[in-house]
Amino acid sequence: MNETSLAVLYLIAAVLFILSLGGLSHQETARRGNTWGIVGMTIALIGTLLHPHVESYWLVGPGILAGAVIGAILAVRVVMTAMPQLVAMLHSFVGLAAVLVGIASYLDPEPSVAAAGRAAVMVHEIEIWVGVAVGAITFTGSVIAWGKLRGSIGGSPVLLPGRHLFNLLMLAAVVVMAVLFVSTQTSHETGLIYLLSMTAIACVLGIHLVMAIGGADMPVVVSLLNSYSGWAAAAAGFMLSNDLLIVTGALVGSSGAILSYIMCRAMNRSILAVVFGGFGTGDAKSAAGVAEIEGEAQAIDAAAVCDLLRASKEVVIVPGYGLAVARAQHLVNELANKLRDAGVRVRYAIHPVAGRLPGHMNVLLAEAGVPYDIVLEMDEINADFKNTSVALVIGANDVANPSAENDPASPIYGMPVLKVWEARNVVVLKRSMASGYAGVQNPLFFLENTHMLFGDAKDSIGQLVAGL
Amino acid sequence: MKIGVPNEIERDERRVAATPDSVKRLVQLGFEVLLESGAGESAGFADALYRESGAEIAADTAAVWNCDLVIKVRAPQTSEVALLREGGVLISLLFPAQNESLVQALAARGASVIALDAIPRISRAQKMDVLSSMANIAGYRAVVEAANVYGGQFTAQITAAGKTPPAEVMIIGAGVAGLAAIAAARGMGAVVKAFDTRPAVKEQVESLGASFLELDFEESGEGGGGYAKVMSQEFIDAEMALFREQAKRVDVIITTALIPGKKAPLLITADMVEMMKSGSVIVDLAAEQGGNCAFTEPGKLVDHAGVKIVGYTDLTSRMPRHASQMFSANVAHLLEEMGGGANFGIDEENEVIRGALVLRDGVSKWPPPRLEVAAPPPVKVAAEVVERVSPPPPARKPFLRAIALLLVAAALAGIAFYAPREFVQHFTVFVLACFIGWQVVWSVTPALHTPLMSVTNAISGIILVGGLLKGASGEVDLAALLGTIAVFVATINVFGGFLVTHRMLKMFRK
Repeated sequence: MNETSLAVLYLIAAVLFILSLGGLSHQETARRGNTWGIVGMTIALIGTLLHPHVESYWLVGPGILAGAVIGAILAVRVVMTAMPQLVAMLHSFVGLAAVLVGIASYLDPEPSVAAAGRAAVMVHEIEIWVGVAVGAITFTGSVIAWGKLRGSIGGSPVLLPGRHLFNLLMLAAVVVMAVLFVSTQTSHETGLIYLLSMTAIACVLGIHLVMAIGGADMPVVVSLLNSYSGWAAAAAGFMLSNDLLIVTGALVGSSGAILSYIMCRAMNRSILAVVFGGFGTGDAKSAAGVAEIEGEAQAIDAAAVCDLLRASKEVVIVPGYGLAVARAQHLVNELANKLRDAGVRVRYAIHPVAGRLPGHMNVLLAEAGVPYDIVLEMDEINADFKNTSVALVIGANDVANPSAENDPASPIYGMPVLKVWEARNVVVLKRSMASGYAGVQNPLFFLENTHMLFGDAKDSIGQLVAGL
Repeated sequence: MKIGVPNEIERDERRVAATPDSVKRLVQLGFEVLLESGAGESAGFADALYRESGAEIAADTAAVWNCDLVIKVRAPQTSEVALLREGGVLISLLFPAQNESLVQALAARGASVIALDAIPRISRAQKMDVLSSMANIAGYRAVVEAANVYGGQFTAQITAAGKTPPAEVMIIGAGVAGLAAIAAARGMGAVVKAFDTRPAVKEQVESLGASFLELDFEESGEGGGGYAKVMSQEFIDAEMALFREQAKRVDVIITTALIPGKKAPLLITADMVEMMKSGSVIVDLAAEQGGNCAFTEPGKLVDHAGVKIVGYTDLTSRMPRHASQMFSANVAHLLEEMGGGANFGIDEENEVIRGALVLRDGVSKWPPPRLEVAAPPPVKVAAEVVERVSPPPPARKPFLRAIALLLVAAALAGIAFYAPREFVQHFTVFVLACFIGWQVVWSVTPALHTPLMSVTNAISGIILVGGLLKGASGEVDLAALLGTIAVFVATINVFGGFLVTHRMLKMFRK
């Protein structure tokens, strides 16, 4: 296959990738979208395998086979509550691949580049440098995110003294070494040393950046790393002069950037604040006297909640990360089905940052068999809480905190929240009175129309299902 | 600490201040309970049930009144005051403002008295508020009484034998009783309209499925403690005109208008009653306080020109089972608030207790210092205020924007002058792809953000193309090895990403 026909195949693959992302705009077309992606990937892969530079398969063949088997096993085995970990892991692979391709590309430069003159070589070296740097940050950052999401690394932010200075120093080192790296006086061997040292520094930078970010900000971090992995792929495309990689990288990069933006907006946090620090740390706002909450929460037992639910017309279920932790999504669906059979209208309200991954709650509910047309976004349902008989808050806290609306002293003030308190009755299923990830008290629990059903979400919902 | 629960001797009083359930609660709180034999009989609770719950039963009335603390429903009669122990504690309904002589008699006994009707109407005290829980029951029962004497059906019916229209019910006063009446009448299928001087309750009325009658008149009737205040003359005129107009149409009127400490306002005048259709019904929940209707006779059913006026004052007592259940739960909450059996005490610092305290060891504590209770500010209101004061989001500083623009321009100029042509071509593709990605991804529904991530994971595995070019070049060197590892991890992404996306998407169904 010659270069031209390969370029045409790549063009087809790029278009298919765009269609693939476009297909995800609706549930009806989403599966078709995934199929487009698979077709695109197959075309790109076969085209590349037929490329004249690809001369022997005995090394890469086993690599592809092993990767395919491992990937398939991971995909089939993963439980839906562990999706965030899987996604983080896959980000790290893209980062690692970008680093490896970058270094390999330096070791074994394209003959065409050297032929094109000094400027081309310099640009090529910058491309390698950027690709490797972004790849390394993505790689180690994602590994840390993976560990945090799994719980093998503590979720609370690790904040070293002078961490901003530390970050700046590392960044400066990366830039200074870049200048030395592309300088004509540097031999190929010394260049390699620079490249490898920079890789090490970028790896530390990736670790340090993500270690400093708290558990509540994980949805943003994962989206950001998604974005980085895209940029790393795009950088690899530049160094290999491969437009398909550039296009795909740009698509993925902007997709991740949009997700990060949506997550930040949903938490009312600036992206810089997320990237550079833990939640509420050294934040003057949270230190200022947040209104102490007066009053006592009213506990309720499962039987009374059953009576309340039976007597209602409209029930809105507000799931949060607690639901995922308790793996209670199937029971919730059972509860909703029982209520629906009894003539109660049941809907779900999802906050953009519920869960640890954008859209995570939707996937969990879909897994349990909840029809997606009764799962509504925050903006779709907020106006309806007024007409709701019972809002059932399961394992959610900060996303339904009225302080975000009415307490300017609160650290989460200004964050858009689900207005559950407008419902006639609110029942909160919660283990204890502990505050959420943001570490903010929730006045919702003390409202007159709020009742607390204490206990493990799974047990409590089980009791409700049995009681109905 | 021993609690005595005497028989209610008031005529037609079937409620009791403690049920077997509340006795259990009281025993848990550390009280002993001595119940007069037969006290729960008329509410359907036999002595044996109380005994099972841990109460002692005594036939001797004097012994019950001799306990440290006596709880009952109705205010004591003179004969009962004489039985109360010197320096004893009494908790019951009392209406101290209307019953001065009774309060004096109790003071003479050196008693400490808590009037259940004087519990402040604040949110914290809601669980002890017997007036609310009794009003709720009375509102419900008012509809039952109305349906009982009304000669027709409340609900509309279309049958082979013809159709009947629904009853039209007007409810005046949408407090606790009024709202309960609205719900009950709606439940029976009537068409319900409600009137209240406080426009704020409109939403509650409508949420129960009734229509809210409005005047073309600006004046809020919001008084203290959730009650309405006395309105201006113009307002009353407009209100009367509205009632007169409605009186001609409606089949049932239920009035619940009370103003604390005052005679109930006269709302349904003689001429209005005469305008009503024959067979119509008026239920007057304010009968005891003088009535909202001109013909109301407390405790009686009156027929005036074919219109029946129900003035029963024992509506709650007509549902003694649930009325007693709620009443006794309120009392148990109050006793818990007062410290339970072990630490029982009258804490005058506690605004709930202070508000309801009439006598302490015979010394008058009535009326309590005025407690300024703002109606509990609902979160909504606060939110509105905040919305107004919160400053608009600060516009991004113009000079920062200018700097950003300059940087972009400089970068583009650098590329234009120095970069090789091939790079510029790739760069063009890159920038355009960013724009396409930006457009395409915004249209992705938030519900599919997780599949979006996993599919982008899969397609960013395209970097395996790069690995392939390095790993399969034919030579076996370090570059090829690194390329192969890259191929390996990228393939995990491709297969893992697409498969897991497929798995997830399969789960989404309508």
